[in-house]
Amino acid sequence: MTEFVSPEAMADMIPSGVKLGLAPDGSGSCPAMIRFLIERGIRDLHVVCAPIGGMQVDMLIGAGAVSVLETSAVSLGEAGGAPCFGRAIRNGEIRMLDATCPAVFAGLSAAEKGVPFMPIRGIIGSDVLKNHPNWKVTTNPFDESEKIVVVSAIQPDITLIHAPEADRFGNVRLGRRREVMLLAHASKKTFVTVERISETSLLDDEKLAAGVLPAMYVSAVAEYKGAAWPTGLYAEYEVDAGEVENYARAARTPEGFLAYITGTRSAA
Amino acid sequence: MTTECTNRELLIYTISRLLDGVEHVAVGMSSPMPAAGAMLLRALNKKQGLGDVQVSILGSVRHNSFTSGSEELFDCAAQGRIGAFFLGGGQIDGKGNVNLVGAGGYPNSPVRWPGSYGSAYLYFLVPRVILFREEHSPRVLVDQVDFISAPGATEDGVYRRGGPHALLTNAAMFSFQRDTGRFRLESVHPGRSAADIREMTGFSFDNDRCEVETPGPDAEILALMRGQIRSELAETYPQFAASLPEAA
Repeated sequence: MTEFVSPEAMADMIPSGVKLGLAPDGSGSCPAMIRFLIERGIRDLHVVCAPIGGMQVDMLIGAGAVSVLETSAVSLGEAGGAPCFGRAIRNGEIRMLDATCPAVFAGLSAAEKGVPFMPIRGIIGSDVLKNHPNWKVTTNPFDESEKIVVVSAIQPDITLIHAPEADRFGNVRLGRRREVMLLAHASKKTFVTVERISETSLLDDEKLAAGVLPAMYVSAVAEYKGAAWPTGLYAEYEVDAGEVENYARAARTPEGFLAYITGTRSAA
Repeated sequence: MTTECTNRELLIYTISRLLDGVEHVAVGMSSPMPAAGAMLLRALNKKQGLGDVQVSILGSVRHNSFTSGSEELFDCAAQGRIGAFFLGGGQIDGKGNVNLVGAGGYPNSPVRWPGSYGSAYLYFLVPRVILFREEHSPRVLVDQVDFISAPGATEDGVYRRGGPHALLTNAAMFSFQRDTGRFRLESVHPGRSAADIREMTGFSFDNDRCEVETPGPDAEILALMRGQIRSELAETYPQFAASLPEAA
């Protein structure tokens, strides 16, 4: 059963120490919820970016909430490098699991299918492979002359995403952002904030149904309009580029980051 | 005949030449120059009655038709459905290795870049990967990268149908020779000499006395770039399009 809760109550349901799945900025990111987590002093997260991170991940790192970061990249896009991420790497404050995008998807796919690993092309000869403890090179069991990489399953304890719409039954419309669907399928629990809640079932409309995450994967829904600001939400609202630049500037120093995070909390 | 054009227009035109014959080009969301080159190829093919070119801009809702999320690009590439892709790199070395992770040691790199993205995979599977980095300097084009995000060459027994095809900078264009695993200087952009390129490059390469000048677009192609291509670009990259010269 999907619970319907307030955003604050949802934040209370995410404890320190979990493996937390997050979507890329603009594709289901939820910086407003990240702020709640930071205010609650969340710590020791293993963050899984599916497959890359942006401002919301940088904020968690800046707040000292991340101990392990599994991602293919962290960037603020047009606003440049992610400042807290760069600082944490230099100072050795996070354990980095550098990945490559399709390998993250392969690991999530393994979890989705309930198998221990997934084979994937490429990667052999890279330092990404050399430094990743959960990837191995094996022999293709059907062709012994071929070497191939296998990545172990990635199963987040909790995935936290923002989506355009849910219905009263807990079904969530994701549309064509299937990588968010994959992330939710792979995770033990998925918490979703949404722009709006529909009174009629999203599964009733054949045109929508294929893009809907069914309620059985959705542990909790909170209505939280504008929660993707300033990173944006696909097909709903654009990134607020000026605000991301403000963040990029402020977060250049730990003091600036702190001032930013305790300052304005929404566009309104 | 070459008409006066800007360095950026020369690069866009050169990208379109490097893409010649490709049916499906994928470009990153924040890669306006490769996108411009791909759009130019599409327009030129159309004019000449050649095959249609599909340009997929990753992260764009309007300019890609993927409905299975961002993993669909990678599945497409593995099946051979993507002909060309672009990689940048904080460092690129003479063996075609690309570093998108950081310089000065790992994991606590003093200089850290965003990360490898899909490079460690796409470099093996997309037949024509074009290395594109405007800055041409010994700090970018190094003898040996500090971290290999994606290797230029691969041992036997590993599936590989793709890899580096060319390296384009704001000063020169190199091809990559897969048999020797080395770059070959193919042409030098106007205003530069082969000696300049040797000076500006941190690795050794073949044909280092090359006297070929990178050809620019003729008047007709330049007019196309300043009109139709500029407007097409403006839909996705408004700021970049505005920085390009407009048709007279």
